[in-house]
Amino acid sequence: MENRLRLEIVTPHRLVFSDEVDEIVAPGSEGEFGVLPGHVPFLTTLKIGILGYRRGNNWDYLFTNWGYAEVGPDKVVILAESAEKAEEIDIERALAAKKRAEQRLSRAEDVDFVRAQASIERATIRIQLAEKKVPR
Amino acid sequence: MPTLRDIKRRIGSVKNTRQITKAMKMVAAAKLRKAQTKIIEARPYANKMASVLGSLALRAERDVHPLLLKRPRKTVEVIILTGDRGLCGAFNSNIIRRGVEFIKKLRADGLDVNICTIGRKGRDYFKRRDIPLRKMWTGLSGRVSYFNAQEIAQDIIDNYINETVDEVYLAYNEFRSVMVQRVTIMKLLPIEPIEETGETFWPDFIYEPSAGDIYDRLLPKHIEIQVFRALLESQASEEAARMTAMENATKNSDEMIEKLTLQYNKARQAAITKELMDIVGGVEALK
Repeated sequence: MENRLRLEIVTPHRLVFSDEVDEIVAPGSEGEFGVLPGHVPFLTTLKIGILGYRRGNNWDYLFTNWGYAEVGPDKVVILAESAEKAEEIDIERALAAKKRAEQRLSRAEDVDFVRAQASIERATIRIQLAEKKVPR
Repeated sequence: MPTLRDIKRRIGSVKNTRQITKAMKMVAAAKLRKAQTKIIEARPYANKMASVLGSLALRAERDVHPLLLKRPRKTVEVIILTGDRGLCGAFNSNIIRRGVEFIKKLRADGLDVNICTIGRKGRDYFKRRDIPLRKMWTGLSGRVSYFNAQEIAQDIIDNYINETVDEVYLAYNEFRSVMVQRVTIMKLLPIEPIEETGETFWPDFIYEPSAGDIYDRLLPKHIEIQVFRALLESQASEEAARMTAMENATKNSDEMIEKLTLQYNKARQAAITKELMDIVGGVEALK
């Protein structure tokens, strides 16, 4: 247990992840940040992005959609609106969502740009992650 | 004295009813199980949210955010959360009765009260009495999603921030157990001081972005979560109430069938005895 971090990822629908990990890289709204055991406590908002955690030499990735991270010396709590493990992503759905959002944007009238853009962003990251093209 | 055929017909109709109530009970039980797991899955998030808010409240200024600000109360909003469908015992009438009592009390204190309803039953009640509703949401029963909660929370928050209302209450059925559902009236806004959860206190916390910005995003989330939880609780309560009601109905039909069968048999016996007497009487007369 020494020198490990407890990572908990919760969404309104379920507890997505809860385990001991060695290192975390999370998409903070002010930029990506890494957390190792013994980190200074801090609280930040997250953006749509990919959250990675390392167990031993093994990196795993999750998709997170907005949220907060509360970081303590031995514990990280992520409160996300939604979160999916790479293998849980429904790629068909993401592709469809992207297409829909792009169509909405191209019609260029009566569109909620922010929403359409956010849904494109979500879909793109989901697709990236599902295809294992993790930018790292 | 009803004829044999009448009794038989009644037994048949009670049996049919029993079949329906039995089926409804099973359906409610299945739905209840689903609703219950949903609550259990939503709980960690709600708890974590409370503890993050709690640790934040310790350090940030309390009156930095409009959602925390207390205004003198003039207009109060009461939201009554009911089901969309009936046949669930006293579930809907209990919540409406308590809600109306609460509204009367507020009115007696000289306050203006806005009423909102979630669920068809609540809406119908107030509509029948020609009581104006500020807003109503229906069709949520059975398919509550986080999106619904967001929509409702957004509406409440907007209304609060532009100072149309000074306080918001939400009345809903809290799910205690399958047998016990308790009507709860919860204050949604302004957000009451959040109690410290007793977690480790780190003096030099870093905020990124600033604490105020985090508050800006965390507090509306908090309302959403509260609404979401209430929706889930109410849904589980509704199904539990329906299950109990239907179970009682099934039991009552069983009892009724038993009684009617007894009556039927008695009548049948009486008829047989009468026939025998006739035959015996006829034989005697021929001798």
